[in-house]
Amino acid sequence: MSLIETLARMEAVATGRAAPLATVRHRHLSEQPLVFVPLTTAGEAGAPLGALVGTDREKPALLAVPQPRNRDLRFAFLAELAESLLPYVDGFADVVEWEERKETDPETGKKVPVQVELCADAPQLIVPSAAGIDFVRLLGRSMRFRRTAEQEPEAPYPAPPHVPLLGRWFTHFGERARVPGASLLLSMTGLLTRHWATGQSLLEDQHLGALLAWIDPPARHPTSTPRRQRSAPALQGVSGRAAAERAESARDADGRLLCPPAGPATDPAFDNRLLAPAMARFDAGVPGAEDEIHGLIESQLRPTWDAVWHGIDLLRGLPPGARVADRWKRDRWSYTAHRDRVRAGEPPQPRRDDAVTAAQKLASRETAQAQLDAQEALDDPLVMAGRRLAGEALEGTVTAVEMAFSEGRRPMPRPLVTLRTADRTPLPERAKLYRALPDGKTQTAEFVAYAAEEPGALVVRLTGGMGRGRTPEPGSVPEPDDAVCWTLFEHAPRGGPELPDPEDTPWTHGGPPGATGAPEDTPDTATAEDFL
Amino acid sequence: MSVPDARLPRVNAFRDSRHAAAPPAEQPAPSPGLRRSLTALRGAGVRPRSLDARALAALAANPGCRRRALLDGAGIDKGALAQALGSPATYGQSQFAFVRGNSFEARVKADGGADLLRLLHERLRPGTPPPEPAAVATPDLSAAGPEGRAARTALALREATAAGGWALLDHPMLAVEVAGSPAYVEPDAVVVHPDGGWTVVEIKSFPMIDGVADAAKVGAAARQAAVYVLALETVAGHVAARTGREVRVRDRVLLVCPKDFSNLPTAAPVDVRKQLATTRRQLARLTRVEEIAAALPPGTTFDLRLTDDGRATRPPEELTAAVEAVGAAYAPECLAACELAFHCRKRAREDGAVEALGRGVRGELGGLHTIEEVLAAATGADVPAADTPTTDTAAPDDPAVHALRRAAALRAEALAAAADRSQEAECR
Amino acid sequence: MLGSRYAQRTAYSFDPAAEAAAATDAILHDTLHGERRGVVVDSPPGAGKSTLVVRAARELAAAGRPLMVVAQTNAQVDDLVLRLAEKDPRLPVGRLHSSEPGAFDPALAELPAVRTSAKAADLAGMDIVVSTAAKWAYTKVDEPWRHAIVDEAYQMRSDALLTVAGLFERALFVGDPGQLDPFSVVGADQWAGLSYDPSSSAVSTLLAHNPDLPQHRLPVSWRLPASAAPLVSAAFYPYTPFRSGTDHGDRRLAFGVPSDGSGVDRVLDEAAESGWGLLELPARHTPRTDPEAVRAVALVVGRLLARGGAATSEHSPDPAPLTAARIAVGTAHRDQAAAVRTALAELGVTEVAVDTANRLQGREFDVTVVLHPLSGRPDATAFHLETGRLCVLASRHRHACIVVCRAGVADLLDEHPSTEPVQLGVTVKFPDGWEANHAVLAHLSEHRVPWRP
Repeated sequence: MSLIETLARMEAVATGRAAPLATVRHRHLSEQPLVFVPLTTAGEAGAPLGALVGTDREKPALLAVPQPRNRDLRFAFLAELAESLLPYVDGFADVVEWEERKETDPETGKKVPVQVELCADAPQLIVPSAAGIDFVRLLGRSMRFRRTAEQEPEAPYPAPPHVPLLGRWFTHFGERARVPGASLLLSMTGLLTRHWATGQSLLEDQHLGALLAWIDPPARHPTSTPRRQRSAPALQGVSGRAAAERAESARDADGRLLCPPAGPATDPAFDNRLLAPAMARFDAGVPGAEDEIHGLIESQLRPTWDAVWHGIDLLRGLPPGARVADRWKRDRWSYTAHRDRVRAGEPPQPRRDDAVTAAQKLASRETAQAQLDAQEALDDPLVMAGRRLAGEALEGTVTAVEMAFSEGRRPMPRPLVTLRTADRTPLPERAKLYRALPDGKTQTAEFVAYAAEEPGALVVRLTGGMGRGRTPEPGSVPEPDDAVCWTLFEHAPRGGPELPDPEDTPWTHGGPPGATGAPEDTPDTATAEDFL
Repeated sequence: MSVPDARLPRVNAFRDSRHAAAPPAEQPAPSPGLRRSLTALRGAGVRPRSLDARALAALAANPGCRRRALLDGAGIDKGALAQALGSPATYGQSQFAFVRGNSFEARVKADGGADLLRLLHERLRPGTPPPEPAAVATPDLSAAGPEGRAARTALALREATAAGGWALLDHPMLAVEVAGSPAYVEPDAVVVHPDGGWTVVEIKSFPMIDGVADAAKVGAAARQAAVYVLALETVAGHVAARTGREVRVRDRVLLVCPKDFSNLPTAAPVDVRKQLATTRRQLARLTRVEEIAAALPPGTTFDLRLTDDGRATRPPEELTAAVEAVGAAYAPECLAACELAFHCRKRAREDGAVEALGRGVRGELGGLHTIEEVLAAATGADVPAADTPTTDTAAPDDPAVHALRRAAALRAEALAAAADRSQEAECR
Repeated sequence: MLGSRYAQRTAYSFDPAAEAAAATDAILHDTLHGERRGVVVDSPPGAGKSTLVVRAARELAAAGRPLMVVAQTNAQVDDLVLRLAEKDPRLPVGRLHSSEPGAFDPALAELPAVRTSAKAADLAGMDIVVSTAAKWAYTKVDEPWRHAIVDEAYQMRSDALLTVAGLFERALFVGDPGQLDPFSVVGADQWAGLSYDPSSSAVSTLLAHNPDLPQHRLPVSWRLPASAAPLVSAAFYPYTPFRSGTDHGDRRLAFGVPSDGSGVDRVLDEAAESGWGLLELPARHTPRTDPEAVRAVALVVGRLLARGGAATSEHSPDPAPLTAARIAVGTAHRDQAAAVRTALAELGVTEVAVDTANRLQGREFDVTVVLHPLSGRPDATAFHLETGRLCVLASRHRHACIVVCRAGVADLLDEHPSTEPVQLGVTVKFPDGWEANHAVLAHLSEHRVPWRP
């Protein structure tokens, strides 16, 4: 944890209210996100218990499995889930823009510009917590290798139509969510902890109710949701800490947590005291038992559903960072590419990546991380403050500019800029520096020396961003009294080198995949007996 | 919460994992006085709460906590204590998970453990002749009481090892010495190999999906299995002496889990050498309980004075004072590992301890221990030097104070800049 | 405990030069005449890795088999080129470099047979072409090289090997398994347990896919003195022991100026006598740049120079003065290194190398002064416990190593929680940081000089 974040947390302790960690919103927030709040059956992988799904905060669709041991009921749930989700996911597929991209011409081997489709917008899924993202991945894995009756008429236990397709989309969202800064699938706890520091630990921040209690203590907003309204008088003026502790453990008369876990795990006390007896009644065929279970599951889901939307409201109160749209465009490329793979009838994603794919993903995520770090700092003075404290950037005022030129046949402008700074950034000899110009371009410079007579003053030589002429372009050279911010990190770090094609995987990495081992997309084994 | 107490001697025994089979006799034996004082801590007539393997494995979760060491070493029911203190733990297991776990284990062990032995052979003994299901001995281990079952287990292990064939011991009972008293632990199964090797088998109901399982859960299972390996080593010493055969408790255990989303079992070997070394260290460290107990004010007891129907009648203030008599090393990780954590968190928060925000927070704060001190240092106010040890006060040239002031100034500057910007935007 | 283990290994007669020569011959034989596509050589600190690389490269070239050499940093590449040219000034060596200005050591331009270029095509026909893995990754060849040498292969990531392995048919992989492992700034857990986990080291991937490749080990450290090799071997290479090429008494460190009785001088004398010194400051929690510890490090360096140190070794029977260039300071963090540099500058000392463990990898000095990674910390983290970090810091010296540390590290280690997650299929790395730290600390405590600043 950086010292600035530590301080923010302590400030939150002192004031009883979360402190800002950002002055702008660093993630894209869709106009119309789809919120997905899932619950799972304890002790069982891939046996969902229920979910609230939808894009309308007032009208979530409730999906519930009255008896998760029953394979048919589980499949019915997945079929319903596919029906509520896929139209939303597909809804962005056909509105496209055209983008020019360089591709290698297979005949000439030269890079030529081509026009390609780019979806104008993309779906955005929001789940309550990081565990929710893992659960999306798990569901994706559990569905994408299923076979429908259409695909394999002979196989037992066919999956309902669309279930494998939803599995592929969930897998794609789950993988994309591993890319730093990507926003196709986000968790509300991740979004909130990026923007606010609470007066508790990061571990405790994983509880969505407690986290919100710090950011927006309920007593100050008695009208935010009906549930809160009811308890508001008792909480008049409480601090974030008291509200968070209450969110963690307060229960109603039935022993139900006022703020149930944000899932997918359930509260064990709820399982034992309420859900298990109701399921027993359902198994015994007691009339109304199914409705009762629906009601119970909804009671555990609804507070989280409301909490996610509450978080969305809070985040919408922050202006988006200037470079957020740029990152969202990459999400749109990702969505478009997966749309194309589905349309082309490609098989589902393999169980595990081959060597080249794994290396490719790692490299692109490292690049994405470097880009995200740079962009967040450029978009947000509070993030830049952290980089300055860490000695990775410096801010100062220009005190002198001296024109100079490079040597050689075509002398280019290389002005020497003196600035005064309070940042004690240790600069290595000839350190390369970067500065964002108002037009969005980046100017490069080189550290020359510390000014001998004046502490806190240093000289840099501009080396780029001034156009191609002998005279620098207007506005590209700072003037005395200008405030400038130089970073030691690049603003648009490039990706790594090209990797071989998977069929050219070298001997050091086991040679081309598929040479050994089973085909990757065989259906999952199913057992005839299927019970918890 | 300050520099570690220098009065506690460090325990150097069994630090080296390569000295594997250290017999328990080498552990410093607790004095008879210790047993008496531990009884007093529990309260007259209160039976010590026996630590199971999970609890023993959890000793390593926060070895710096003297409070936990004392309460665990004395066999005090921390859950009941937390309840009586008014800060109950929020653990619990869903009966769905419980039922599922049991039914999976039953499935794995069905047919005389045929599936289990097949997996064990595939994963740990490829290239050797596979066990014939009919030739696998499955001795009956039932006996009265844990001592009886442990004795029965030891006998069965000896017989199976002497017989030189395969044997599957279902829920054997093993003893581990914890701070001078035996604790009984019960692995899911132990397999005896024809060569005299013994393998611990852990059966868990979390899935292995495409050969990958939740690393945190595998870690917990490995620490638990290490306790069983350790307990088996004691038995192995005796069996080797009696049978004249070389007995090797294997340090690779077999973890059995459901495969993907099915009910079919799959398995993976897990190397527990590191966990073994850790568990040995922690058990050896438990002997320091004696020192901790000796430092308590006279008459300290954690007796809840339970009524016949199990209600605590001891006034909470008295209990709080008893608990406060021994220092804790609270960190948020405790919330998932110790029944008393909510109580300790409450105190840590009241004291403004920086650790309440996470262990990692301390790294750059140097000698500053409370949030108040940190905020005062950051704003340039005088640092209250009241109860901090003299070596720990923030010196004026303390780089922690410099960094804090710089961080606070940068943060304030950035927030002010952002406020100006948003005001401008509003004006427009 | 450690003592008895050392004794076992020194009990039989051992001719270091003969052992090392036999290992080198076997490696060269497999490299030049073996059937397999790869040969792996583990080299403990100072075991002559660079010498081996230079010799293997020259012998391949002499046999008419041009080769490419892959190193990890530009400094390593420049160093190799200089060493090749030193051994054989007429050997045509190409130095492939990036197009950034100042991409290579200007000293290379002075070498007659060395050609430098940013384009591989310009270096066609050279016997040996040397570059970094990063630069090779952008290079395309029509015909792969028949031979390659991959240096510092344990510090190379698996995905970096993937980008260059298509350039050669067969290779000699050389490296030190005890130093810092490669890492990734983003999570790579999803590939844990896969043989080709891109974030693991190049050697683990190589051996996972080619388990029967010949593996060799250089058995003798020529750098570490007889006082250091047993500890470093036992603490960091428990399953692949090595020993020192020199014996007790072969090397001597002495000071012209007698001790002034201060803690600093006493620790210098202890280190000169025994090869190790621990200057222990009072226990206290401090931030990373603990001013007292930083000052103590600077004072130790200052006194090392002021007292006119002189080193005698098998290289020079006459005492050679211990100059600033032969001294290094090692830290865990960059800000600590910066603070030590400032403190040294205040004492007027400038020539001493002060750097983090990462940057000291592969370098050698007469005396090292180490700020212990755990000194003054309130908690141990995985970073500070990393075995490789301590190994690098404790194995850079030819004569003596002086560690500056606050008291209380042993308790800190004892209180370190062990709740690590376990990934299925990932080989457990030994020794773990806890054990290695304790082994080193136990040894250092025998050479402890307490000091109150």
